[in-house]
Amino acid sequence: MAFRDEWARARAVAWKDLTTERRSKAGFNSVAALAVTILVLFGFALGPDTEAARAAAPGALWLSALFAGVLAFNRSYQVELDGGALEPLLLYPGARRSLFAGKLMANFVFVALLMAIVIVVSLVLFHVAVPAAWPMLLLVVLFGTIGLVTLGTFYAAMASRSRAREVLLPLLLFPMLVPVLLAAMQATKAILDGDIMHEAGAWISLLVAFDLIFLIATFFTFDYVIEA
Amino acid sequence: MTSVNAQTTLQAPAQGRSTGFGWFAVLFLIAAQVTAIVISPPDRDMGDLQKIMYVHFPVALNTFTCFFVVLLFSVRFLWQRREQDDLLAASAAEVGTIMTGLTLALGMLWGRPAWGVWWVWDPRLTSTLVLFLIFAGYLALREFVEDPERRGVWSAAVGILGALNVPIVYMSVRWWRTLHQVQSSPSTVDPSYVIGIRLNLTAVLLLTIFLIWRRYEAALTERAAEHVLQTAALGGANA
Repeated sequence: MAFRDEWARARAVAWKDLTTERRSKAGFNSVAALAVTILVLFGFALGPDTEAARAAAPGALWLSALFAGVLAFNRSYQVELDGGALEPLLLYPGARRSLFAGKLMANFVFVALLMAIVIVVSLVLFHVAVPAAWPMLLLVVLFGTIGLVTLGTFYAAMASRSRAREVLLPLLLFPMLVPVLLAAMQATKAILDGDIMHEAGAWISLLVAFDLIFLIATFFTFDYVIEA
Repeated sequence: MTSVNAQTTLQAPAQGRSTGFGWFAVLFLIAAQVTAIVISPPDRDMGDLQKIMYVHFPVALNTFTCFFVVLLFSVRFLWQRREQDDLLAASAAEVGTIMTGLTLALGMLWGRPAWGVWWVWDPRLTSTLVLFLIFAGYLALREFVEDPERRGVWSAAVGILGALNVPIVYMSVRWWRTLHQVQSSPSTVDPSYVIGIRLNLTAVLLLTIFLIWRRYEAALTERAAEHVLQTAALGGANA
């Protein structure tokens, strides 16, 4: 029973966040435009060489998703802080972790949509052919996004309420994301190269392990962080 | 909101208790360095360049002492909410960050003549750099949050997750770059080197303990002064 209640609360929070986002639209559109801009800039940095662009595509893809996505994480608390709605939200009965789960789901949908745009654009810009093992690529995107969103939502709960939120969130988040990004980039690279060395599977398992560790750790500590 | 235990007013530490220990640690370090440099012959391949290991290796190993203290006292702070635990964790994080920076700098000084480059993307180097950045973030967070209770809880969370991430970062970078060199152990090096390393490990451990202790006393004094000011501002109601 308790789990079903928490699940209902989490869904309600996610629905509320996504509705706010859907009605304003400005947030997602500008973040998506930024992600595409970053991809174009990566293209300039790499030069017109087709081979170099193709080799750098996995890195460019994940980094542009990261740089653009990081704006979404602070936003997900900022809307509530501006409206003075976070405290009332905390006054509702039930575990704090359902609030975290809800925000996590809303951010996941946001970043997953962003990833869809980023992937299509980078396929075109970096001359990448859709690999035969594209369902595996979707798995990498799924687990990579989960890792990104888990740590992002967790650290934004602190950074968005501190004095220097613009700089603090990337400073806290980016070094912590190194393992997730590394695994996601390597898996993507392996799949785009046709997975000759059969290493994509190992990277994906590693990514799943990281996701689980960070999900458990953040769910345990979120109660403390949001109350303080 | 659960609050930091308000009954225990922070007491400023007694003056100069750590000074004697500090002198002992510094003198021990000097003695250990001199002994190690005098008794060990020049390395076959590296010559006297090897001597930097007597600082680099003990400092590198003792960063783990620091981050272990951060982990331990962060967990205890979340559990018991004693402000002293938060201050101790923060002191250890500060010392640990400086020592991580020192490890990187010394390693680069050694790497330039030994490998011909300042930097290689080796798992141990890379994860040390990431560790440095994680705890730079921890210290920045403390700067940007004023409320002591909030600062304590948040930095405890960041400290716990950061410490948890250390082996994970190491593992992922190791998979990414498998060209790391084999770690030396006492059985693979000459006994005269082992004595020098062990002496200096102890010396740096003592110095680490002293630095954390001293920083903790300073933090405690600062907070105790703030408590006095707060009480005075409230019209001495609690006095």
